[in-house]
Amino acid sequence: MQAIADQVTAPLISALMVLVNLLPAGIADAFQYAFMQRALLTSVLVGAICGLLSCYVVLKRWSLLGDAISHAVLPGVAIAYLLGWPFFIGAFITGALTSLGIGAIERHTRIKSDAAMGLMFTGAFALGIVIISKIATSTHLMHILFGNVLGVQPTNMLLTLAASVITLLVIWLAYRPLLLYTFDPQQAQALGFNTSIVHYGLILLLTLTIVASLETVGIILVVAMLITPGATAHMLTDRFATMLWLSVAVGVSSAVLGLWLSVVLDVASGGSIVLVATGLFFLALLFSPKHGVIMRQWRRWRMMA
Amino acid sequence: MSSDIANHAAIRVEGVYAAYQRQPVLSDINLDFPRGRWTAIVGPNGAGKSTLFRVLTGSMSPLKGELSAFGERIFHARRAGRIAYMAQREAIEWDFPISVWDTVMTGRFGHMREDPLWQRLAPSRFVHSRHTEAVRSALADVDMLDFADRHISALSGGQKKRVLLARCLAQSADILLLDEPLAGVDPPSEALILEVLAGQRKAGRTVIMVTHDMPGARRYVDHVVLINRTVRGTGSPEDMLSDARLATLAVGSSDDDLQD
Repeated sequence: MQAIADQVTAPLISALMVLVNLLPAGIADAFQYAFMQRALLTSVLVGAICGLLSCYVVLKRWSLLGDAISHAVLPGVAIAYLLGWPFFIGAFITGALTSLGIGAIERHTRIKSDAAMGLMFTGAFALGIVIISKIATSTHLMHILFGNVLGVQPTNMLLTLAASVITLLVIWLAYRPLLLYTFDPQQAQALGFNTSIVHYGLILLLTLTIVASLETVGIILVVAMLITPGATAHMLTDRFATMLWLSVAVGVSSAVLGLWLSVVLDVASGGSIVLVATGLFFLALLFSPKHGVIMRQWRRWRMMA
Repeated sequence: MSSDIANHAAIRVEGVYAAYQRQPVLSDINLDFPRGRWTAIVGPNGAGKSTLFRVLTGSMSPLKGELSAFGERIFHARRAGRIAYMAQREAIEWDFPISVWDTVMTGRFGHMREDPLWQRLAPSRFVHSRHTEAVRSALADVDMLDFADRHISALSGGQKKRVLLARCLAQSADILLLDEPLAGVDPPSEALILEVLAGQRKAGRTVIMVTHDMPGARRYVDHVVLINRTVRGTGSPEDMLSDARLATLAVGSSDDDLQD
């Protein structure tokens, strides 16, 4: 497994290093170590797929759902650790089960969706904390909660790569059904699209992205990467396809810049990645040519004058 | 005899019951929407008009009962692109990053299933010309071609309605389902929408709309369905939309707190 992972990722890393070496030496120097190169590749992939998914999350108002699934992954990680399975299998199962549970409560009881999400994900998260407190050390828990991208293993990198390929393929192949379902689900139904397949497909994709991002930004902060790039891109454009590209650009650049800053300043990488993304959002909020605060004020001022 | 009626009905509704969270809204709906005619669904607030509409478009499944279109199961007619739908303005997120042109193009997504695979996977500027033609002519029909590149939030209320109507026309369907196409539009847009629908009916399409606009309905439609929890009458606009008839319809519909 380890050997396969190395073989698959080595060419990608060398391709990435060609780009890195174009940077000024002071920046490129940080990426001469193998663990840094692995961290870089993982961050780029995670930034890209989180960026893609975040467009759907933002437009569909699924921010809380993303938060819910990311927390619900914890008991799965713990149980997989207990049974000696790869952590992503457990994570995927409990993440998917929780989102199904949320849907069932919403549909069949009088409890509204925000309360259904809140109670399901905190319950799952609590279960995870209880199991982990019994079996693992607190450093282990810290790594799951806040990410440990500098310690990423080749096999997990392979998982991130596979998740990225699957996400890209699905979004490409189902571009139109996903767009229409996000924009106007009733129209999708009227055109004979099977919207429950689209709905659960999107939720599974979200779960997969979260699981793939665990090691980079951790459970607590992954939701930031599922909201901020999409929200930033939404500030900048009125075209969906452009929003997807911009969001990927925001996701990747905050992942890379955040990783580099975390090494240079010796701070937690998950946190610094998210902070860069948040910074980019506020830049867009202020300076966006069409929807930014400054241009809006200026237009208003000019209309008054 | 029944197959004879099926031949004439664009949509047939048989014994349909529908409910929101066990709260019954529609009971025992039996209806034939005549083919090639313009039907108005009329009823007081809370009568279940929108619920019936959601059952017709497929966004809500009935508790029991059957729906068919042109004698086949209605889902097949939807898949075949034979039923178009026009949303209410409130059903759309107008902040969504999409242009007028692309919004109308979403009405073609059903027909794109018949396109060759490479075309379905290529970027949207490579779509088949029959789709671009349909979008162009639909936008021209509602007089919105000049606004094709605009973002959808940069439109007035009446223009938004016309874009939604254009999306419905672009579906090139045999049946047009319209949810309150005249609600909250300015008089010029209202006149234009009614003219476009009259043209569709003349072209042999079946037009079915939910409406509150009694003068418009009296003038244009040729079949009326009165709804209040169940079918309270079907027939010509003269018979169904008389003041006396409408007064009896409103009786017993005081549960205004119910979802319309």
